[in-house]
Amino acid sequence: MSFFEGLKFRKVSSPIHDLDPRIKFVFVLVIFVLAVVFAEILPLLFLFILQLPFVLLARVGKQWLRSLKGAIFFAVLIFLMNFIVSFIYAGYVVTAQMIENAFTMTFRFIVLVSSFSIFFLTTSPDVLGLALEQSHIPYEFCFAFTTAVRFVPVLADEAQTIMDAQKARGLELEKGNFLKRVRNYIPILVPLIVNAIRRSLELAEAMESRAWGATKKRTNLYVLKPKREDYLLAFITVAILALAIYVKIFVPIPKITQILRISA
Amino acid sequence: MRFMVARESVEVIKTEKLTFTYAGRNEPSIRDVGLSIEKGEFVILTGPSGCGKTTLCRCFNGLIPHFYQGKLEGEVIVAGLKVNEHPTYELACHVGLVFQNPENQLFALSVEKDVAFGLENLGLPREEIRKRVDWAMKVAGVYELKDRAPYELSGGQQQRVAIASVLAMRPEVIVLDEPTSFLDPLGAKRIFEDIYKLNQKLGITVILVEHRLDLAAKYATRVIVMNDGRVLLDGDPREVLSLEKTRLLGVGIPKATRLYQLLKNDGIPLKSGKVPLTPEEAAEAIKEAFKSD
Amino acid sequence: MIEVKDLRFVYPNGVEALRGVSLKIEDGEFVAIMGQNGAGKTTLVKHFNGLLKPTKGDVYVDGVNTKDVSVATLARKVGYVFQNPDHQLFCESVEQEVAFALKNFGFDQETIEKRVSWALQLLGLTQYRQVSPFMLSGGERKRVALASVLAWDPKVVILDEPTIGQDYAQKEKLRQFIMQLRTQKKTVVIVTHDVEFVAECQPRIILMKNGKIVADGSAKEILTNPEVLLQASVIPPQITQTFHYLKDIGLPTNVIDVYEARETILEFLGETKK
Repeated sequence: MSFFEGLKFRKVSSPIHDLDPRIKFVFVLVIFVLAVVFAEILPLLFLFILQLPFVLLARVGKQWLRSLKGAIFFAVLIFLMNFIVSFIYAGYVVTAQMIENAFTMTFRFIVLVSSFSIFFLTTSPDVLGLALEQSHIPYEFCFAFTTAVRFVPVLADEAQTIMDAQKARGLELEKGNFLKRVRNYIPILVPLIVNAIRRSLELAEAMESRAWGATKKRTNLYVLKPKREDYLLAFITVAILALAIYVKIFVPIPKITQILRISA
Repeated sequence: MRFMVARESVEVIKTEKLTFTYAGRNEPSIRDVGLSIEKGEFVILTGPSGCGKTTLCRCFNGLIPHFYQGKLEGEVIVAGLKVNEHPTYELACHVGLVFQNPENQLFALSVEKDVAFGLENLGLPREEIRKRVDWAMKVAGVYELKDRAPYELSGGQQQRVAIASVLAMRPEVIVLDEPTSFLDPLGAKRIFEDIYKLNQKLGITVILVEHRLDLAAKYATRVIVMNDGRVLLDGDPREVLSLEKTRLLGVGIPKATRLYQLLKNDGIPLKSGKVPLTPEEAAEAIKEAFKSD
Repeated sequence: MIEVKDLRFVYPNGVEALRGVSLKIEDGEFVAIMGQNGAGKTTLVKHFNGLLKPTKGDVYVDGVNTKDVSVATLARKVGYVFQNPDHQLFCESVEQEVAFALKNFGFDQETIEKRVSWALQLLGLTQYRQVSPFMLSGGERKRVALASVLAWDPKVVILDEPTIGQDYAQKEKLRQFIMQLRTQKKTVVIVTHDVEFVAECQPRIILMKNGKIVADGSAKEILTNPEVLLQASVIPPQITQTFHYLKDIGLPTNVIDVYEARETILEFLGETKK
């Protein structure tokens, strides 16, 4: 259930939270693309360090670390896979170069996870819905998105209650072989689905009563208007992109092993 | 018995021989309902579960026949509009519906956004929405909660947000279908007080579907009792609630009224004229008996 | 017997729902747990059948610590009827719904048949035996949920907010049903905030606030104590309020039920007339 707890957003304000989600998204996207394009540790390190001020300004350090911790399993997996494959490929010898390459791949993954976690940690679904709406995505879709975010935790609570109710009637979920266990979930799924349908009917009724579909030209109470900070971020994004292109074309990036003059 | 509070008498809801059968049902859920509700009234609609109260409410804002399919006979006119000829979204500007479960009528991720929902749907100019949303939140007493998410609110607060979001559409009538079922008595009492304020200060006509008459009866100018799809009794709360017929139907009359009834039947000389609805009134009537010695 | 010793409970999200609750419920008692929404009532009773296990402290059911046994084992003794019947109904017929728990507990076919018939009769549902529970009205669904728990004849019956959304006639039926359970020597625990209902049933009341018990005593004691009620944000029953206003003419203030009120007034009038 802790995953659903995560969907219970609170309205938080910080210089990063208040940024225009569209520009923030482009920024994250640029980092994503660059992390994929560069296969050397130095630029990846640069991309990683670049994110730290965002984490600090948004004051989401704890949550950010948690999401990185969540990625550790995959990070280790990526490291081992890369290492083992190159180990076999090189004819069962270990070189510093190999370790660096495996480490680079892993670090790339961490940069990707970090950038997306910053975006989702600092962008409330509410604002995201608004951004979708202003990006000319049909309103029905945006509404479905925010409503899903609104109701997933509610449904998770409901599932818990149903589970309790059936346990109180002697249902033991962990009893029996695999097939029996799957069947054990029927008494939970049926009420959950029936209630979800009933709930959606009530929702539809309430929506109708509040003039749903009155006009094609719907107003939104809020408008996203880029502010000075947003232009600044846009500028930073463009600058990073330009720098990256320049480096990619004109600057040969040394490997750590080369800097340290460790010969293979 | 039409009860008016010193305002010009304007009919806001009128039904005539209204009968509705849901698609797939054999029996009509409401039959031959003829009502006339005037501006500024505070009507309590009560009766045993399944008597057709909710169905009648759905007729007031066009959910019947537009959302719920079925066979509609007779006529409903709301704010001068024939319900079957106007879409629900148009009627929504005249009649606001507040439902039983607050959880299922709040869709947005913040209070403010929820209150704005109806107005956004209507496509009103942004400044107008802002003005009305602020006003409605203040009137319903949820302005301080405007940035909160629905799950951060208590049941009573959620229901108040639902009222604010309906209020923002500036309806002449607010229909509340058992709005306090999920609230504790104190929460319910506060909601009733707020609804009464809307009725008194803004002149909004209130139709309240309720079982909890002990808390709500004192605010009503009129009580309608339904049974088996029909309107059985309709009139002054003190009169309707003191009828033996009402009690036998299974309507939960306030205990203060019930005590008065019992003592009256015992031949105790209680203060006559006003049947009590509240403990205070009951006490006053009973004191009379002690004085008369 | 249910015994709770210094029970504390913290939900995984950090909310401290119970902060040191101790109580004893004897066999055959009728108890109402009251208090505002969020006072910890439901959290407390979920410990009685082991759905929740104490963060600190202990709960004993007939001397057995709930930490040591499964929900399924405890449920045999402690039946729990949830507030919303729609959170448990899932079968194709009322009969199967009532038989569900009996099958889980491993009763033999013959006993199941007997118990189902008995429970359906008890709640006046025999005519709906083959009907889908989803076709029934709200009040009837509530009765099916009740039957499905009573079928295994638990010693203790917990009813969570049984009066919510019920009209007066349904409440009266429920009250009579609880009285019937009491004649069968069952322990009945209701979680409720319906003061008028409690005033009619007159159980022992445990009053809660912010995860603690603020008062524990007979309905009469608790409901006529305005300070305690105020503390737990409970509105006194109308009759009690009425008698509060009658205090100055010498009437007693400890009346909660309407029939008792009538007797008291008639008695006093008789006296004053003499």
